Amino acid sequence: MTARIDKCFASCRAENRAALVIYSMAGDPDPETSLSILKALPKAGADIIEFGMPFTDPMADGPAIQAAGLRALKAGQTTVKTLDLVRRFRADDADTPVILMGYFNPIYVYGVGRFLADAKSAGIDGLIVVDLPPEEDDELCLPTLAAGLAFIRLATPTTDDRRLPAVLANTAGFVYYVSITGITGAATPDFRQVSDAVARIKRHTPLPVVVGFGVKTGADAAAIAEGADGVAVGTALVNAVKASLDTEGRATSKTVESVAKLVEGLAAGVRSVTKAKAA
Amino acid sequence: MTAQPQPNTFRAGPDERGHFGTFGGRFVAETLMPLILELEQAYGQAKSDPAFQAEMASYLTHYVGRPSPLYFAERLTEHLREVSTASGLSGGAKIYFKRDELNHTGAHKVNNVLGQILVARRMGKRRIIAETGAGQHGVATATLCARFGLDCVVYMGAVDVERQKPNVFRMKMLGAEVVPVQSGTRTLKDAMNEALRDWVTNVADTFYCIGTVAGPHPYPMMVRDFQCVIGRETREQMMQAEGRLPDSLVAAIGGGSNAIGLFHPFLDERQIEIYGVEAAGHGLTHLHAASIAGGRPGVLHGNRTYLLMNDDGQIQDAHSISAGLDYPGIGPEHSWLHETGRATYLSATDDEALAAFQLCCKLEGIIPALEPAHALAKVIELAPKKAKDHLMVMNLCGRGDKDIFTVAEHLGAAM
Ligand SMILES: Cc1ncc(COP(=O)(O)O)c(C=O)c1O
Repeated sequence: MTARIDKCFASCRAENRAALVIYSMAGDPDPETSLSILKALPKAGADIIEFGMPFTDPMADGPAIQAAGLRALKAGQTTVKTLDLVRRFRADDADTPVILMGYFNPIYVYGVGRFLADAKSAGIDGLIVVDLPPEEDDELCLPTLAAGLAFIRLATPTTDDRRLPAVLANTAGFVYYVSITGITGAATPDFRQVSDAVARIKRHTPLPVVVGFGVKTGADAAAIAEGADGVAVGTALVNAVKASLDTEGRATSKTVESVAKLVEGLAAGVRSVTKAKAA
Repeated sequence: MTAQPQPNTFRAGPDERGHFGTFGGRFVAETLMPLILELEQAYGQAKSDPAFQAEMASYLTHYVGRPSPLYFAERLTEHLREVSTASGLSGGAKIYFKRDELNHTGAHKVNNVLGQILVARRMGKRRIIAETGAGQHGVATATLCARFGLDCVVYMGAVDVERQKPNVFRMKMLGAEVVPVQSGTRTLKDAMNEALRDWVTNVADTFYCIGTVAGPHPYPMMVRDFQCVIGRETREQMMQAEGRLPDSLVAAIGGGSNAIGLFHPFLDERQIEIYGVEAAGHGLTHLHAASIAGGRPGVLHGNRTYLLMNDDGQIQDAHSISAGLDYPGIGPEHSWLHETGRATYLSATDDEALAAFQLCCKLEGIIPALEPAHALAKVIELAPKKAKDHLMVMNLCGRGDKDIFTVAEHLGAAM
């Protein structure tokens, strides 16, 4: 049920490297450009795509991702359109895992059953929903697993050893370790602490551990890749989109290109670190 | 509307997962979850600790100035009896005001803040954050932080900073840092987002003091418990004044904390009519803040409740003349009381609230806050239809000093 994700981590492992997980906001700055970005990501070296579902009130996101969501909403992005972009991406890419990342309300309002059926048929592999801790597993996590999609949980610096088993219990695909207590795009993490935390999580689960929040450059990505199975980058990409827009906030000829260039740099960082075989 | 099963008692909620029927819950990021569990435990211990209760009672008496009077609004009663007679009914309820506007800091908000600050002290937290709309909760939080020597940061939408300047200055005088929030619609919901973002970032030393019965469990329960002093006093005072319980209760609803504080102790006397009054702004078919009248169930700020949103689940802007009611949601317990039918939710427009505000000034010599002016607008409608022996209590939960600029502007008066 997590075949595409499992295969992706297996092939990264075969190359002795970490996976590069790239976040992009669906519909930012408009649906067609968003699709072009999506298509450019695997070519530029992204192994897994986190596709952001815009929400008016993203309480765990910093100003950059908040603004990206509002740009997408202003351009008319909806849940139906987000699923449609993935369907069109999937038509030419059968391998790259796509994870939808967002907040619960738009999914709840769409209807959990209908959403899971439509997400699955669009070719989505899993969900990350920020405001659903294990205490609310009945809402979406268990139905998602039953529908054969991955439910990827966030573990954080406040998730202690007592709590980890509950967080990991219904997690599938991979574990997303949030490297800082904070919102997206904030401080750069302390790499040493991150690798200790990853090691701690790995004592509790055989799943790959991806680390995100605060990774901005190829060098950051390389530092994280030392200890983790994957590195996730979001704010830097969203900032690259924003920097490429014209004064009215529309995409320019540089938009897709500058995103691709950023991702190439991150991919080079991740690939510069060769991991010890056995692991 | 999904019918919720009728419980044996309306006063037992929430369950251990923070649910009132299908509403409530703990919809927060994992980073916050351990803190919320820690808070639930700390509050549970405080609640059953006689030393905590005694400390609370002492500050309520000597610092807040409780009990607040239950006041017979005689001239308003007479006026509405004339209205009743003119319409051929010859009724008109006997109207009482629960005068929480006489509390220190001028509103009911302080009842809750006192409780939370005492809990924060027990937990060893030195940095307090809060969101505020009208600024009343921010002022109450800044006040108690000053009193106990704690750091205080208040998040306030940039739009509200502009329209509630006197309260911004008050908070600064009290030593708080006021952060104008520029994200989203720059009002109360964005202030709450920003406070949650601060909390996620500063988990180790920070206590989030939420100003209404919203947020994740245990907040809706804890804030309600602290506000229930309003209803408990009302019971005793009404027994003393009239020898019996009231027949109806009326309160304004932003998030619903002053309302639940009045209602909760009476929920199981089912003959008592209960009315919550939401802000209908420019009218329910225009911009408004009436989540029950114009919204539907969704998930925001940690709980499931009625929310204003579009068909795609994006939260919509609320509008009310009253910054304290300008919120696109309502506390989850109210959503449940609505669906069980135990309480009735009405709404009052900006214009109705303004008219009620002026009537209260002229007939009772009390300048009410614009929030309870919404409740009063519905008292004006309901009371003439009731018999003369009907006892109606309205929560006069705040004073109007903060609102005189807004009112002057709407009346076209120069200050
Ligand atoms: C005087 C007053 N009443 C009511 C409210 C609304 O809050 P709640 O519905 O939680 O009582 C506020 C909020 O600022 C207020 O200041």
